[in-house]
Amino acid sequence: MDRQLLSGDEAVALAALRAGIALGTGYPGTPSTEILEAFDVLGGRAQWAPNEKVALEVGLGAAFGGARALVTMKHVGLNVAADPLFTAAYTGVTGALIVVTADDPGMASSQNEQDNRRYAVAAGLPMVEPSDSQEAYDFLFRAIEISERWGIPVLYRMTTRVCHSKSIVTPGPVVSTSRPTPHFEHDINARVMIPANARPAHRRLRAKLAEIAAWGEGDAWNSVAGRAPLNRVEPGGTALGIVTDGVAYLHAAEAAPEASILKIGLVNPLPVERVRAFAAGVARTVVVEEGDPVIADTLLAAGIAVEAKAEMYRFGELDVTRVRRILARDVSPETPPARGKPPELCPACPYHAVYATLKKHDCIAAGDIGCYTLGVLPPYGAMDTCVAMGASIGVGLGLRHVLPEGEARRVVSIIGDSTFVHSGISGLVEMAYNPPPTGHVVIVLDNGTTAMTGQQEHPGTGRTLDHGPTNKLSIEGIAEAIGIPSVTVIDAYAEPEEFERLLLERLAVPELSVIVARRPCILAAADIRRWEQGAAEIRAQIAAQAAVCEPGAGDR
Amino acid sequence: MSVVNVVLAGLGGQGVIKASDILADAALRAGLDVKKSEIHGMSQRGGSVTSDVRFGSRVLSPMVARGEADYLIVLAASEVEVTRPLLRQGGVMLAPDLIPEADLPNKRSLNVALLGALSTYLEISAEVLLDAVRAALPERLRDVNERAFELGRSRAGGAAGASGVGHSGTPAGG
Repeated sequence: MDRQLLSGDEAVALAALRAGIALGTGYPGTPSTEILEAFDVLGGRAQWAPNEKVALEVGLGAAFGGARALVTMKHVGLNVAADPLFTAAYTGVTGALIVVTADDPGMASSQNEQDNRRYAVAAGLPMVEPSDSQEAYDFLFRAIEISERWGIPVLYRMTTRVCHSKSIVTPGPVVSTSRPTPHFEHDINARVMIPANARPAHRRLRAKLAEIAAWGEGDAWNSVAGRAPLNRVEPGGTALGIVTDGVAYLHAAEAAPEASILKIGLVNPLPVERVRAFAAGVARTVVVEEGDPVIADTLLAAGIAVEAKAEMYRFGELDVTRVRRILARDVSPETPPARGKPPELCPACPYHAVYATLKKHDCIAAGDIGCYTLGVLPPYGAMDTCVAMGASIGVGLGLRHVLPEGEARRVVSIIGDSTFVHSGISGLVEMAYNPPPTGHVVIVLDNGTTAMTGQQEHPGTGRTLDHGPTNKLSIEGIAEAIGIPSVTVIDAYAEPEEFERLLLERLAVPELSVIVARRPCILAAADIRRWEQGAAEIRAQIAAQAAVCEPGAGDR
Repeated sequence: MSVVNVVLAGLGGQGVIKASDILADAALRAGLDVKKSEIHGMSQRGGSVTSDVRFGSRVLSPMVARGEADYLIVLAASEVEVTRPLLRQGGVMLAPDLIPEADLPNKRSLNVALLGALSTYLEISAEVLLDAVRAALPERLRDVNERAFELGRSRAGGAAGASGVGHSGTPAGG
């Protein structure tokens, strides 16, 4: 097939389609979002889950049934999915389960820059890591091979630059691999993790990892079907050897063209003995890796005399300049990057009135993750905390529990619609279960889309990933069912004075309140109208067909 | 061909990413290796956007190192000084004041006009770049963009523009 210019995300989607991934599921999160969107456009079966934990569980079920499943999320999403992940390592899978974790070193659009290579070590799972779009394509096939051969979930680590950079991909011929038809086989000992079963399962996991480690020292260095080997050495001079992974490999190859390079695509388990032999052949071995010194620590613990980067390079992304500095052991202060105009709420964003009101009345706002986090920036400065998806409600409640009454009455929780569905619902349950003495006010900013990541659907929109109709979750209905006594829906943009009056009224009483501030995102409004129209037509067609098919329908 | 480093800069919504997509596609069409990189996400909310495009015989890192851009294309006047340190000594800055706004057939075609200006400096032919422009934009905007591209070429000082590259130009039509 021809050369194509693809982002890493698009390359994964294309590989997923050609490798016969039966189901792709995940939760939107920069920089991973485009994988499932592209998979859908290419014709794959892709769906958004309410959160990453559910996505992983759906993928796990599909893989228990013998299918090949792909689950995508950003790095912090893996925290949400970590509970099933660690035990899925014990149960293993029948088909294939590939879990993409898209890390964000430098935090282009994230709340932290955690290094998820640590998760592979902690969960005891193999982790594959591509450097560019061609490898993002090629390595997915290898990841599936590992997953099916050892019946184990495989973590597929990407980073912002690998996900979003575009580079040339030559897909090569499709090599058909046999895929059994999904079917269920009872295997209680392997799949039901009561302690009696989990104890031997843990030993099985470690035995699998030992086999994969041996494979990582051997077969992982071979090219299969014309695709790049996972691990490889690019021989150069003997003065300098570089051990590297991910996009850091590309920076290193450019910064030190004379060096010998050992490039790692299977980052867990590491090919420790291969590195030992490599290091023995060069005068100096430097580990060039973005984020935490994960590879360097492992190699040093194995007694290999490698040099880790200086601590200052743990922070932020690497680039060619920084790699040159690492190799030169340069720890002098770096030139700060150019600071341009910061992002801001769109001029016609429906949330302006909400933030203006919060600022005017000096509210203490426990915030959340999304576009509306921009309310923290000038001119409003109207957000006081932002930690994790859904955290606004629990944090707001904690503040209400301990602050003096005068301050407690000014605390509100601010959460977006998609974030509410993702992990705000259990916070609302907590609010009903342990209400603070002063009550509490939760404002759900419902703009009808997952706006920050590029306007994805979620269960509250009533449309699926491809914008087709499905069941619609009612945010106010959920709040009422949980037992919140005061639930109000309002368009704060159209009625700012009424919103202010309502907020002050609810803050003044020691009751639990949910205010749903509903108005479509200005960027998504036209699309939403189009999708709604399409969805209405499809519903009408389905209804018409049902009327025809229903026996006796014509008798009434 | 040694690697050419281009950085495109502006504000969210100005078409920075579209312009870098077009340039990268042109390099692909010209048979070169090419990589393109930018940060999505927060930048979509009206903030500063930069996009790196690198092409040549073989491109490694997807990012243009600070101070090593051969060409810096800036779509917003406010971003000119902020991004200037990205340019190497002797590199070429193509700023919005190169294109008189009154001459643009459409204000939103500044990105394509500056690509036209860039084309006078590149080994990639103007025809190939214009093909990439046509492929990336809707049919109804073709005329506007071809005129913008020509305007950019006429305003720039690159050698390939002065000598001409055989592009006949498109008569400005209605």
